[in-house]
Amino acid sequence: MAEKPRLYYFNGRGRMESIRWLLAAAGVEFEEVFLETREQYLKLLEDGHLLFHQVPLVEMDGMKLTQTRAILSYLAAKYNLYGKDLKETALINMYVDGTLDLMMSIALISFKPSDQRQEAELVVEKAKSRYFPVFEKILKNHGQDFLVGNKFSWADIQLLEAILMVEELNATALSKFPLLQAFKTRISNIPTIKKFLQPGSQRKFPPDDHYVATVKMILQI
Amino acid sequence: MSGKPILHYFNGRGRMESVRWLLAAAGVEFEEKILKSAEDFENLVKGGNLMYQQVPMVEIDGLNLVQTRAILKYIAAKYNLYGKDLKEKALIDMYVEGMRDLNEMIMYYPLCYPGEEEKNLNFILERATERFFPVYEKALKSHGKNYLVGNQMSWADIQLFEAILMVEELKSDILSAFPKLQEFKARMSKLPSIQKFLQPGSQRKAKMDGKNLAEAKKIFKFDDSVFLKHMS
Repeated sequence: MAEKPRLYYFNGRGRMESIRWLLAAAGVEFEEVFLETREQYLKLLEDGHLLFHQVPLVEMDGMKLTQTRAILSYLAAKYNLYGKDLKETALINMYVDGTLDLMMSIALISFKPSDQRQEAELVVEKAKSRYFPVFEKILKNHGQDFLVGNKFSWADIQLLEAILMVEELNATALSKFPLLQAFKTRISNIPTIKKFLQPGSQRKFPPDDHYVATVKMILQI
Repeated sequence: MSGKPILHYFNGRGRMESVRWLLAAAGVEFEEKILKSAEDFENLVKGGNLMYQQVPMVEIDGLNLVQTRAILKYIAAKYNLYGKDLKEKALIDMYVEGMRDLNEMIMYYPLCYPGEEEKNLNFILERATERFFPVYEKALKSHGKNYLVGNQMSWADIQLFEAILMVEELKSDILSAFPKLQEFKARMSKLPSIQKFLQPGSQRKAKMDGKNLAEAKKIFKFDDSVFLKHMS
């Protein structure tokens, strides 16, 4: 019997959340080891498990995978969520790089010393002017349920995740995007995703002061 | 006449240089549409082919590819520089992501706060010698093969070679403690497609200087503060 992937990260979203989403959407059960002390992190370092001294770390299939995008790409390919040919894969890569950038800017807000509410507004504005119109147009142009190749892929999972994160900052962010609203409903109803959206799942909460303090303490940043 | 990929960027390295390296190493001829003014860039945006209103953009095989990683991954896969299976691919991805981090620091270095050049330079060199180069030195030492992954040239090797040259531009003896990387560099330098790219007159771009930076700022209308947050 195959072992479950094991995720090493802080007990919060950060760079690991997209990985949790992808595994959950693919219906893959996973375990988590939460970093709560600097000693744990230093031990991972000393044991040579962190290729570039960084988490996320995912142990699976006999590998110690680090680098968020390397992990995500591996999972997407393994679970057939990466398109059927090079061109579809390229489209998916273009879409997920955009949404990952957007989600990273949201994740970083909590770590900024400056006015966080203003930062949040800027990010929401960027979502509504640079990213959402792109995906609304893609859905409009082909009229299909999923972003690429008329089939559920990593790009759909990532877009839903991004939409939900932006809505946490501004509940009306999708008001001008009817197709994204329909998309959100549709993808949320996929059984594996619906399950992940339930309370008690491994989905993590938005960052709070405790999370930020823990990360800073462990990484000494 | 085409069939050749067309690269849209300004006349500098930036994020496009890794794409130029990969194509060149793969022996793929490419054209470049160089942005020379803010108007050139605005026209490109208006043309509607920049998905997120950003460059790099590469026209290839009927696609308008944006996002550097998406572009590089497409080229790597197309030209068989991406390993033979998912595990090799994952290893290549891990290696290139590490190098991207290093390259980013080097890319943003000209934008650092006046007065902090030395601090930032030391940070880059420290990262290179303590976090990144040891990984590749160890990989080459442990399997004793000529290439990083799967005993075959891949995107990871090309990216590493590029990174080594860029760090050497900052400190010429940076590889002094890395004998395997020195051998690697010598080997890669001899590959015909790479030798060709290293010749004067190739499409390889020069290291950014004040003039080049001023040009980029003019075309893309940014100021330093936009990027300073990327230097830690």
